[in-house]
Amino acid sequence: MAIAGLFFYLFSAITVAAAFMVIASRNPVHSVLFLILAFFNSAGLFILMGAEFLAMILVVVYVGAVAVLFLFVVMMLDIDFTELRQGMLQYLPVGGIIGLILLVELIFVLGSWALSPEAVATIADKAPEMANVTNTEAIGRILYTKYVYLFQAAGIVLLIAMVGAIVLTLRHKEGVKRQSIPQQVARTPATAIEVRKVKSGEGLS
Amino acid sequence: MYEAAITVAIIVAQSVALLVSLLIIIAYLLLADRKIWAAVQMRRGPNVVGPFGLLQSFADLLKFVLKEVVIPDGANKGVFLLAPLVTCVLALAGWAVIPVAENWVIADINVGILYIFAISSLGVYGVIMGGWASNSKYPFLGALRSAAQMVSYEVSIGFVIITVLLCAGTLNLSGIVMTQKTGLADMIGLPWLTFLNWYWLPLLPMFVVFFVSALAETNRPPFDLPEAESELVAGFMVEYSSTPYLMFMLGEYVSITAMCAMTVILFMGGWLPPLDIAPFTWVPGIFWFLGKLCLVFFMFAMVKAIVPRYRYDQLMRLGWKVFLPLSLFYVAAVAGFLVAFDLAPGGS
Repeated sequence: MAIAGLFFYLFSAITVAAAFMVIASRNPVHSVLFLILAFFNSAGLFILMGAEFLAMILVVVYVGAVAVLFLFVVMMLDIDFTELRQGMLQYLPVGGIIGLILLVELIFVLGSWALSPEAVATIADKAPEMANVTNTEAIGRILYTKYVYLFQAAGIVLLIAMVGAIVLTLRHKEGVKRQSIPQQVARTPATAIEVRKVKSGEGLS
Repeated sequence: MYEAAITVAIIVAQSVALLVSLLIIIAYLLLADRKIWAAVQMRRGPNVVGPFGLLQSFADLLKFVLKEVVIPDGANKGVFLLAPLVTCVLALAGWAVIPVAENWVIADINVGILYIFAISSLGVYGVIMGGWASNSKYPFLGALRSAAQMVSYEVSIGFVIITVLLCAGTLNLSGIVMTQKTGLADMIGLPWLTFLNWYWLPLLPMFVVFFVSALAETNRPPFDLPEAESELVAGFMVEYSSTPYLMFMLGEYVSITAMCAMTVILFMGGWLPPLDIAPFTWVPGIFWFLGKLCLVFFMFAMVKAIVPRYRYDQLMRLGWKVFLPLSLFYVAAVAGFLVAFDLAPGGS
């Protein structure tokens, strides 16, 4: 147990430090790399809690896909940081007020934190024994039975987002030659070449 | 506390044993790769260092280690040196959950297959970081290509893994191998033909998709666009020399063997013997595992020798327009089939 505690503090400390470095580092690529480090250590925290499935999904989805695309975009930016920092004092009051409001809201939320009776009941009896049911099965059982409509709704939201992204970016340019592989494969010598007898000394017109 | 120390010592000893044997196997797989490539092109391949060139890989190792590390002036030094480390360490970390024989596994975790999937999807970071930190044109282009390529092929690998999981009903790698003990051969009444039980036959299209995606995921030819030497010199590795280059190289081959091991576990019955009759069942499981691993690696090497490199838009088309719909269709079809004929494992 002592080792688990040690790892908890290790992972949490690195997560917090990395999260701080995300906003503190001068280079955006370094920021993204620190963000990845923070994700990684959060996955470690999940594992300490016994939620191994969530930990792996966190790494696959956030580190393996989302952060790669992040990095992809950030790498191609060419930002002049000294220029960015010049407006700092000008925006500080507005930013400070927004930050303050968020902090106060957070304090209110955390201060009046209470679990609904339903949630308490779920915690009390729904959690299956770790030995009997694996993580994956436990999540599947509750996700596809009790929360199936919410799950479907989330799917629809994602589908709409995907359709939206395609509609926004898909453009058919005129005058661009595109490769059509079925057409290429379907070509036969009869349609592709023409054999002609060439008389010597005359050539083809 | 005393018991904990012993457990840690055992794990460390197992890891070191696995690491050393893995590195030696890779040294010879690297040589085999070059020899096979040479044989296809009717050359001799490396044959000078040691008998039949058997010590070539070790000579290369010494050469790389003893050379000077050159760090370009405009490079981002920390990230530049971190990139090969990331590649190498992540590739090695994947081997922690791979069962090489029954109960021969360092970490027998419940979500083993997800762990491997996660680790292999992280391999792209070494390439991106290396390409960006070099602060040079060709490495950067290589890194960009690699990022898009690996993210694309991960999607179809994910779906292929899901079809296997639907059949196996477990995410544990040893469990997946054990479910391949029974299957098609028992149904047709010839239980000793155990190689028919493995998932390669019922999931044949997925086996092909997985193999091709594994080639793309490990940047092997014909999908080696991140380091396409005819266009990008050496892609993301242009600026690397000496030990950092060696680590990229090593990481690449470790992840290739890990992908071969995944193919063996998911589709070729892991350490199970191909025929359940006397001389085959005497051989220990580890040898079957290694033999199958070498077979898959031979296919990797042959593909490198005989298939020309893809063009970039063709690569993307293959990933998104061919493999993704095909594997998605198969997930739905397999799930429907299993439910319709009441074959789904663990259904309650």
